[in-house]
Amino acid sequence: MLNNISWRNIWRNKTRSIVLTASVAIGLFGGIFSFAFYNGMAEQTIDNSISTEISNIQIHNPKFADNQEAVYGISEPEKVIAGIRSVNGVKGTASRLLINAMAASANSSSGILVKGVDPDEELIISNIKEKITEGSYFNTGKRYPAVISSKLAEKLKIGVNKKIILTMQNPQGVISGAAFRVAGIFKTDNTNFDEAVMFVLKEDLAEATGFDPAYVNEIAVRLDDPDDTKAVVTELGSKFSSDVSAGKIIIRGWYEINPFLEMVSGMTVQMSVILIIIILCALMFGIVNTMLMSVLERVREIGMLMAIGMNGRKIFVMIMLETIYLSLTGGAAGMLLSIIAISVTGYTGIDLSFLAEGLNSYGYSSYIFPAISPFYFLMTSVFVIITAVLSSVLPARRALKLNPAEAIRQN
Amino acid sequence: MSIIKVTDLTKIYNKTRVPVYALNGVSLEFSEGEFTAIVGPSGCGKTTFLNMVGGLDKPSSGAVEISGTNLASLKPGQLTDFRLHNIGFIFQAYNLIPVLTTKENVEFILELQGVPAGEREKKILPLLESVGLSDKLNNRPNELSGGQQQRVAVARALASSPKFILADEPTANLDSKSADSLLDIMLKMNEELKVTFIFSTHDSRVMKKARRIITFEDGKVAGEEIR
Ligand SMILES: Nc1ncnc2c1ncn2[C@@H]1O[C@H](COP(=O)(O)OP(=O)(O)OP(=O)(O)O)[C@@H](O)[C@H]1O
Ligand SMILES: [Mg+2]
Repeated sequence: MLNNISWRNIWRNKTRSIVLTASVAIGLFGGIFSFAFYNGMAEQTIDNSISTEISNIQIHNPKFADNQEAVYGISEPEKVIAGIRSVNGVKGTASRLLINAMAASANSSSGILVKGVDPDEELIISNIKEKITEGSYFNTGKRYPAVISSKLAEKLKIGVNKKIILTMQNPQGVISGAAFRVAGIFKTDNTNFDEAVMFVLKEDLAEATGFDPAYVNEIAVRLDDPDDTKAVVTELGSKFSSDVSAGKIIIRGWYEINPFLEMVSGMTVQMSVILIIIILCALMFGIVNTMLMSVLERVREIGMLMAIGMNGRKIFVMIMLETIYLSLTGGAAGMLLSIIAISVTGYTGIDLSFLAEGLNSYGYSSYIFPAISPFYFLMTSVFVIITAVLSSVLPARRALKLNPAEAIRQN
Repeated sequence: MSIIKVTDLTKIYNKTRVPVYALNGVSLEFSEGEFTAIVGPSGCGKTTFLNMVGGLDKPSSGAVEISGTNLASLKPGQLTDFRLHNIGFIFQAYNLIPVLTTKENVEFILELQGVPAGEREKKILPLLESVGLSDKLNNRPNELSGGQQQRVAVARALASSPKFILADEPTANLDSKSADSLLDIMLKMNEELKVTFIFSTHDSRVMKKARRIITFEDGKVAGEEIR
């Protein structure tokens, strides 16, 4: 019955309770939605960078991983690739020849990482083809096709079908040049990536520099389920343990290749927990105030309850339940509001294209899809209950201090 | 046999400034089955006295013994529990929990006493019937008249099966007709169920229904009449 009394008590002063529940609801909505926003942004950045830039796992010669020099290749790449492909959950692999080069047009030049790729392999593991905005993905029929970013095209002041000269070292360290022709132009959400890389055919690049056609210095691995990344990294680690310990290869997940990405998503969670705590602390003042008012309005009634034999513990519980119900009602409303807003915007996306330049330069997409895990709601509910319990202490103690004789006499 | 024994009860308010002797050496005994009125002019100490006997406030000196238990020997928590199981209270106003219905208000005290849910109903319904509220079981206090509210308070006090019931001016807010009917109900309970009532009043019509009338003056017993 104490439950009943508490629940009904909070609706005695409807206006006051609604104002408080609304403020709890709006406060939580702000906290939850902004978390979903930043969380969506961080998840998208990771997704993007996995699907266009890094893939889930990459394998290198440890020396290449250190200083990106083309001459540190992977020995017996066919054996490694076959081993990877036999692992469950591997969607595909792509072998690459990466060489640092100077790209030049008639107008200008720029340092660049040239990725020599097999276009068919890349199609399985990356969505770079979808990022083509002009021209085509390699199949022009012309010799030495290249796919460059719009950023590089702008810098070199060239377009589709124009020539681009790559100057680079051959395996012996001698500098030589080769002419490629722009087949397509791509644009991703990450300006840094766009500025840093371009794609050519692996066999063309090997031929132009004198590397063996079978030479590989990067193997990218894409998985069916990105959540398996850590497990597959471990599995590959034990499968190739002798090669790894011999210093022949190093196997790294995306989070090791770009630790910043994981740090951002971890920080988003931490920030949002802090934000929710700050919001709840602020709301606590409102809750305490409302409950104190409610206790002071009911001095005679509480005195009567004490007189007829309701003990301090039960009075404390009654006030605490009232506070919890009031806060949870607001909390539930706030969460409902958040779920609706997140579902809608998670479906339609939030268009921030007016900020695109700034966002893309940090690798963020300009179209944000807020996202949140159900666990976050559970955590928020627990925080709301803790807040309510803490907020009820002062008003409940105030009630307990009443002397029944004086409380009843009061007019 | 006396169930309440009050010895040399004194209550001083405002100890630091001008002291007020709300009670000044009151000694009285009350027996089982009494129907007693405490009367006297405003400020004579009626409420103070009933509060001391009911264990709602502590005397400055003197003692209250109920069935051999000295109230001063009880810790605050024990005192609350003692009131719950031994004393029924009816106040002038604000007796009921506004968010509970008639039935729930009576049931509440049984729940506090730990009476199992199944047994509560058996007790409540006949009681509410005998105070004439069978048709108001599911109404909240603000849907009842002042007289009806006081009758719910009587039913609640009776439901807890106390040793005695203290009523501080139970009729003060009622018109004379409701006051009469409330007193008649209390009398009936006293006669049929042998429930002990001690109540204070200003109203001479009400006090005439009592079998024992104790008059207070300036915190002292000024007279006593048995009828
Ligand atoms: N909390 C208090 N502080 C100071 N004085 C008090 C307090 N309570 C009561 N008194 C004083 O004690 C005296 C007795 O008060 P009490 O309320 O017992 O009288 P009463 O007989 O019930 O009066 P009434 O008929 O008006 O209800 C009064 O003079 C009153 O002013
Ligand atoms: Mg009084």
